[in-house]
Amino acid sequence: MAEFLQHIINGLSQGGTYALIALGYTMVFGILQLINFAHGEVYMIGAFVGYYSSKFFGEELSQFWMSLAGKMAEDGQTLIPTFASSLLTAMTIILIAMLVCACIGFLVERFAYRPLRSAPRINLLITAVGVSLLFQYSGQLFFGSDPKAYPDLFSDLDVWTFGSEEESLVINPIQVTVLTSSIILMLILRHVIFHTRLGRAMRAVSFNHDLASLMGIPTNLIVSATFMMGSALAGAAGVMVGLTYPKVEPLMGSMPGLKAFCAAVLGGIGNVTGAVLGSFILGLAEALLSGYAMPTYRDALAFGVLIVILLVKPSGILGVHRTEKV
Amino acid sequence: MKFNSLFPRLALMSALCSTSVYAADVIKIGEVGSMTGAQATFGISTHQGIELAIKEQNAKGGIKGKKIELVSVDDQGKPEEAATATTKLITQDKVSAVLGEVASSLSLAMAPIAQQNKVPMVTPSSTNPKVTEVGDYIFRVCFIDPFQGTVMAKFAFENLKVKKVAILRDMKSDYSVGLSDFFAESFKKLGGEIVVDQSYSAGEVDFNAQITSIKAKKPEAIFVPGYYTEVGLIAKQARQQGIKVPLLGGDGWDSEKLTEIGGKHLNNGFFSNHYSQDDKSPAVQGFISAYKAQYSKVPDGLAAMGYDAAKVLFAAMEKAKTLANKDVRDELAKTKDFQAVTGKITIDDKRNASKPAVVLEVKDKKFVYKTTVNPI
Repeated sequence: MAEFLQHIINGLSQGGTYALIALGYTMVFGILQLINFAHGEVYMIGAFVGYYSSKFFGEELSQFWMSLAGKMAEDGQTLIPTFASSLLTAMTIILIAMLVCACIGFLVERFAYRPLRSAPRINLLITAVGVSLLFQYSGQLFFGSDPKAYPDLFSDLDVWTFGSEEESLVINPIQVTVLTSSIILMLILRHVIFHTRLGRAMRAVSFNHDLASLMGIPTNLIVSATFMMGSALAGAAGVMVGLTYPKVEPLMGSMPGLKAFCAAVLGGIGNVTGAVLGSFILGLAEALLSGYAMPTYRDALAFGVLIVILLVKPSGILGVHRTEKV
Repeated sequence: MKFNSLFPRLALMSALCSTSVYAADVIKIGEVGSMTGAQATFGISTHQGIELAIKEQNAKGGIKGKKIELVSVDDQGKPEEAATATTKLITQDKVSAVLGEVASSLSLAMAPIAQQNKVPMVTPSSTNPKVTEVGDYIFRVCFIDPFQGTVMAKFAFENLKVKKVAILRDMKSDYSVGLSDFFAESFKKLGGEIVVDQSYSAGEVDFNAQITSIKAKKPEAIFVPGYYTEVGLIAKQARQQGIKVPLLGGDGWDSEKLTEIGGKHLNNGFFSNHYSQDDKSPAVQGFISAYKAQYSKVPDGLAAMGYDAAKVLFAAMEKAKTLANKDVRDELAKTKDFQAVTGKITIDDKRNASKPAVVLEVKDKKFVYKTTVNPI
C-alpha cells in the first residue's frame, strides 16, 4: 500500500513539473494557435539563468534574506530563519529567471514570429522548430554541453517522512512547492485571462486578430505580452526543476518540452485548466507504468497518449471543438 | 573543441601536409573522445592523460627519432559522431593508430572502422567485452566487465556481507547492461539473491518510480552501474526516499561531478575502479605529481587510463620493426607485464588487459581506497 501511495506522490510531483511547462505552451497556443516548439528551450534557459545567478550571487542573497529573517525572528515572529531565507532566495532567483525568460520570449516573438504572422501556419511551425534548435546548439556553445550540478539552496531541508521505518511515505518539500506553485499559477492565469482587461484583449485577439485590431486593441502589444507571460512561466519551471533534480544541461528542455506539449494536448490545448489536468494524468501514468511494468517505455507513453488522444478526441479532455477558421 | 579553434588548425594542417619532409618526421596518433556532451569529464580526463604521455615521450626524443603528434576529434558522446571521427582520422589524417573511447557504446561504433582499415585501435577504458571481439586490431588496456562484475559481487558478498541486492541499470548503455548481467551472474553463484532488476534510460532525471519499487523489496544493497551524471541523481533520490543501504557501482562513477551532483547522498557508496590515488607505488605517485604539475588537479582513473593506453601503444611502436600497422599490431598483442600506472598490463589472446581492480568508497565527497582485487 505504501508503495502504491508513494508512486502516486511521485506521479503528482512529476506532473507538477510538466504542468509548469505546459501552462506556457497552452497559453501561447490559445492566443495565437501557434505551437511554440522553442518553449522547452526557454525552460532550459530559465534553468541556466537560475544556475548562474545562484552560483554568482546566491550566497549574498541568502545572507541578505538570512539577516532579514533573523531580525524578524528576533521581533517575535514565528519564522524559521533558515527555511525562510532559502525559500526567499529561491524565489528571488526564480524572479530573475522569469524576467530574463520574458525578455527572451519577447525577442523571439518580435524577430522570429511577428514577421511571419500573415504567412501560412506551417511556416511559423517550421520557424518554431528552427528557433528551438538555435537555442539548443547556442546553449551548448555558451554554457558548454557537460551537465552542471545545480547549487543546493535547500541543503538543510529534510524530506517529510510519514509512517514507520519499514513502510514509510516520503514527500519532498521542493516537490510540494512545485506542485502548489503550478496550481497557484494556473489560478492566476485563469484570473488574468477571464477577469482582466488584458485577458479580455487576449481572448479577442485569439478570436479574430484583424477584427480585434479594428476595435482598437493593440494586437502586437497583446501578443508580446502573451509570449512574455508564457516564457516567464517556463523560466520559473526551469529553476524549480533544477532545484528538484540538480543537473542542468543545454539539451534538457527538449524531452520535457515535448512531454508537456503532449500533456497540453491531452488536457485540451489552449485550455489552462486542461494543461494542468493533462500534466497530472501524464505524470501519474508515467509513475505507475515505470514503477510496476516497463520503466524504459516511459518516454514512449507520452507519445502513445498523444496519438490516442488525437485519434479519439482531438480537442482533448477539456477542449471545446472549434470550427476551423478559413 | 570550439569552432574558432578548428579553422586555424585546418589551415595549419593543410600547410603541414604540403611539406612532405615534415610529414615523414612525425607519427600521427588519432584520438576520439567526448570533450563535450553528457560524459565530458571522461573525455577531458582521458585527453589530458594522453597529452601528458605524449609530452613525456617527445621529451625523450619521440619514437624511432620521430615526434608524436596528436590529432583529437570530439564526438560529443554520440556513437554516430564517434564513427565519423574515426573515419576522418584514418582516411584524411592518415593516423598510425587510434586511441579512444571511454564509453563502450562509442568504442563499439569506432572499432569496425579501425578494423576494416587495419589501423590499430587501443581503447583506454571501454570495459564491455564486445569491444575487442570486433577484430584483431582492437585492443584495450583496462579490465573487462565480467571481471569488474565479479569484483563488485565478491565485495558485496564477502566484505559488505549482503545477501539481497537490487539492480538499477541503464538500458541505453552497453556498458551498464553488460556489467549488470555479469554482476548478477557472479552474485548468484556466490549464493546471493537479486531481489529486483529495474532499469532507466540515460538522460532521465526522475528515478523515483524505480526507487519506490526497489524500496518495497527491501534490498540490503543496490547495484547502480551507470554513469556519474545519472548516479548522482539516483543517489540523492534514493537517500531522500529513506534508503540507507550501500550503493554499488563500476568505473562509470569515476568523476568529480558525481559528488558535485549527488553530494552527501553518495556516502556509503562503493565502486570498482582502475586505480586509487592513495596507492603509494612510485609509478602512481610519479604520474600524479607529473599530472598535477601540468593541469593543477588530481588525475581521476580515466586520466590514468588515457596515459596508460598511450604508453602501451608507444612501447609497442618502439619495439616494432617498422611503423607499419601490421607490425605495431603484432607488438601490441605481445605486450606482457608492462608496468603502467594502473597496474601491470598483460594483453591476453582476446586482446584484453588482465590486471587488478581496486574498490573505492565514497566518503564525504572523496574517493577512499578500500581494497584491491587481483585477476583470477
